[in-house]
Amino acid sequence: MNEQRNLIVSSSPHIRTPRDTKVIMLDVLIALAPAFLASIIFFGWRPIMVTAVSVASCVLFEFGYRKLMKKPDTYGDLSAVVTGVLMAFCLPPTVPWWLPIIGALFAIVVVKQLFGGIGKNFLNPALAGRAFLLASYAVLMTNWMPASFQNVDAATYATPLASLSGGALSSVSLGAMLIGNVGGSIGEISAVALLLGGAWLVYRKVISLRIPLSFIGTVAVITLIFSRGNPHFMWMLQNVFSGGLLLGAIFMATDYCTSPVTPKGQIIFGVGCGLLTVLIRYFGSYPEGVSYAILIMNLTVWMIDKNTAPRRFGTEPKRPIRDLFARLGKKKEAAE
Amino acid sequence: MLFKHHGGVHPNDMKAPANQTAISTIPQPPQVVIPMSQHIGAPCTPLVAVGDEVKLGQKIGEAKAPVSAPVHASVSGKGNMVQAVIIENDFKDTPADTVVPAADEDLFDPERIADIIREAGIVGMGGATFPTAFKITSGWGKVDTVIINGAECEPYITSDHRTMLEKPEELLKGIQLIMRACKVEKAYFGIELNKKFAIDLLNFHGAKEMGIEIVPLKCQYPQGAEKTLIQTITGREVPPGGLPAQVGCAVFNTFTSYSVYRAAYEGLPAIERVVTVSGSAIETPKNVKVRVGTPMEWVFEQTGGFKKEPWKVIMGGPMMGLAQYDLSVPCGKGTASLLAFAGDEDRTAANPTCIRCGQCISACPMNLQPIYMYMYEEKGDIEMMQKLNLMDCVECGACTYICPGRLHLTHAFKTGKAKIQAYNAALKAKEEAEKAKEEKKEEK
Repeated sequence: MNEQRNLIVSSSPHIRTPRDTKVIMLDVLIALAPAFLASIIFFGWRPIMVTAVSVASCVLFEFGYRKLMKKPDTYGDLSAVVTGVLMAFCLPPTVPWWLPIIGALFAIVVVKQLFGGIGKNFLNPALAGRAFLLASYAVLMTNWMPASFQNVDAATYATPLASLSGGALSSVSLGAMLIGNVGGSIGEISAVALLLGGAWLVYRKVISLRIPLSFIGTVAVITLIFSRGNPHFMWMLQNVFSGGLLLGAIFMATDYCTSPVTPKGQIIFGVGCGLLTVLIRYFGSYPEGVSYAILIMNLTVWMIDKNTAPRRFGTEPKRPIRDLFARLGKKKEAAE
Repeated sequence: MLFKHHGGVHPNDMKAPANQTAISTIPQPPQVVIPMSQHIGAPCTPLVAVGDEVKLGQKIGEAKAPVSAPVHASVSGKGNMVQAVIIENDFKDTPADTVVPAADEDLFDPERIADIIREAGIVGMGGATFPTAFKITSGWGKVDTVIINGAECEPYITSDHRTMLEKPEELLKGIQLIMRACKVEKAYFGIELNKKFAIDLLNFHGAKEMGIEIVPLKCQYPQGAEKTLIQTITGREVPPGGLPAQVGCAVFNTFTSYSVYRAAYEGLPAIERVVTVSGSAIETPKNVKVRVGTPMEWVFEQTGGFKKEPWKVIMGGPMMGLAQYDLSVPCGKGTASLLAFAGDEDRTAANPTCIRCGQCISACPMNLQPIYMYMYEEKGDIEMMQKLNLMDCVECGACTYICPGRLHLTHAFKTGKAKIQAYNAALKAKEEAEKAKEEKKEEK
């Protein structure tokens, strides 16, 4: 007895889930694979080039910045890879090879690392990178090409969103929108592929349905009520399945770092994204509103979180609206 | 209907290695060390002098305060006192005169049952070690529901499970005594569904006829935390900083109930308990009867020893147990398991980083926001820590378990609580000093 052993002493708990940040990021990458596959099928080799350049430059900037600032390496957590893929996914397939590099510089260095790296940035890096590119290279960023199985004139091609923005239903069939035989950004074309990825994320509990459902639901309800096309239902479906709505609602708005952490807050965030998306699509000068809607809502996260704390265990839930009515009722009684 | 609570995590229960092995007995150690404080509350005063002969079950530490529990000799032999009573074992197990079953009529009087429990030194055997007799007597007039905690939600631990399987009748009789002592007609026995056979067995032995309703619970951690269990079974929520009696509930652990049976029907005080020995460094995971005061090292040696060099040794479960640095520490009344891990089950990261995934919020059974509590704890912002109700934290470890960024959340909250307490104490002292000053001025 009494032999000396080297035992570790630390606070409980003494076990942890195997699912760390890297596993979660890997799950996101797996979920993005179907959409990537669809883009290759419909756009050919270009998506591969754009995505590869985007991912490589994102990882390189992340690595380089951390090295330069003498901070611990974080490229191993795969979050830069996810940013790279997501940024490539919201670029047109026609962009020149050097464009993603500039986007990555802005996304990783300015938006992510200058604020402290993963978990500290308040804007979605991929979307901020895209917004930066759109502001700087408007022509390159709106040069759309049709999907390879579409029978249209490539020179004057317009995406379904452009026609929706003009207040008319797109001539593209709903089936084409679902499978992705349609022009648009690299990752946004195939609704089926994106939904498949979303299902994987929900199954693996990487995301909850709160943000995607409230986001898409809000867009669906508003476009159905304030329909600009006939039949109204078709107008709603085209609005849901065209453009970057699914990509944004499933992969961008659910970005951990730039969305609320409270369950109630996530629903408010999703509804806000949906409202802004429709507002921009209806009244903005640019046909797509998803990315700006998410970026604007990103700025409200801190405020939403602060005001949606879960009910403290063992206390009555706060019911501000009911309380207000109760108070008004009392006033009325007093007056009588 | 399946009962579940809000939040929680689902760790692999790791019960398979030990839950098939029957409770066995290990040889007694040559020496036991019995601390004078094995419970929450005032420590005992020793009743034996150095060199005294002590007998099995003899009371060796007297509890004078109301919130306390006496301690008893777990072997017979020669007493030797430091801050604890050390007994050199004579391996005779000579029982003390007090080790006699209680009279039958005593078992129907709540006051007498509470006395038996108090004298037997029974405390909450799940690990919280709150004196059971005080829980019963302080609840009179308030408690309408007795809940028996058979969740055993911590991974690895199977000692309660084996007790249910091997001593179902005795266990139910013990619960009956507790119900009588608490003056209630009905008890709920919450058992997680990974102990399905135990549920069937207890029902077979007539739990229902005794007024004991077995409640099957979903396997989730921390199902067996007191407040969580009350909420799951009755829907009542213990208010912040409050006690279960405030919502009419009293919760007793499975092994506590069995100990009550032994105290009443066999006269044996709380000197022995079942301990699960498990973990990746253990040769043969087992459930063994261990006398209180047996050094951990002895238990490990007698159950087959280590198959790998232990990296971490834990007294209690992997979620809330205490890591030990010295294996000569004695097992106490609340030691449900001894675990030895060979590798880094903590999965610690070199640079813990929050990615704001919010899983800690979904996991917290107390509806807290660990992510923000951690942020303000790091900053040392006492005001915000209090605003976020950090003191409500039950330290269950669910948030830390689930955290993909590998943050040391529970650790931060433990230190945060200490910071808040120190701050409030200083504030109070300052206020009192000022008050005293003003009073002096007035006198002048």
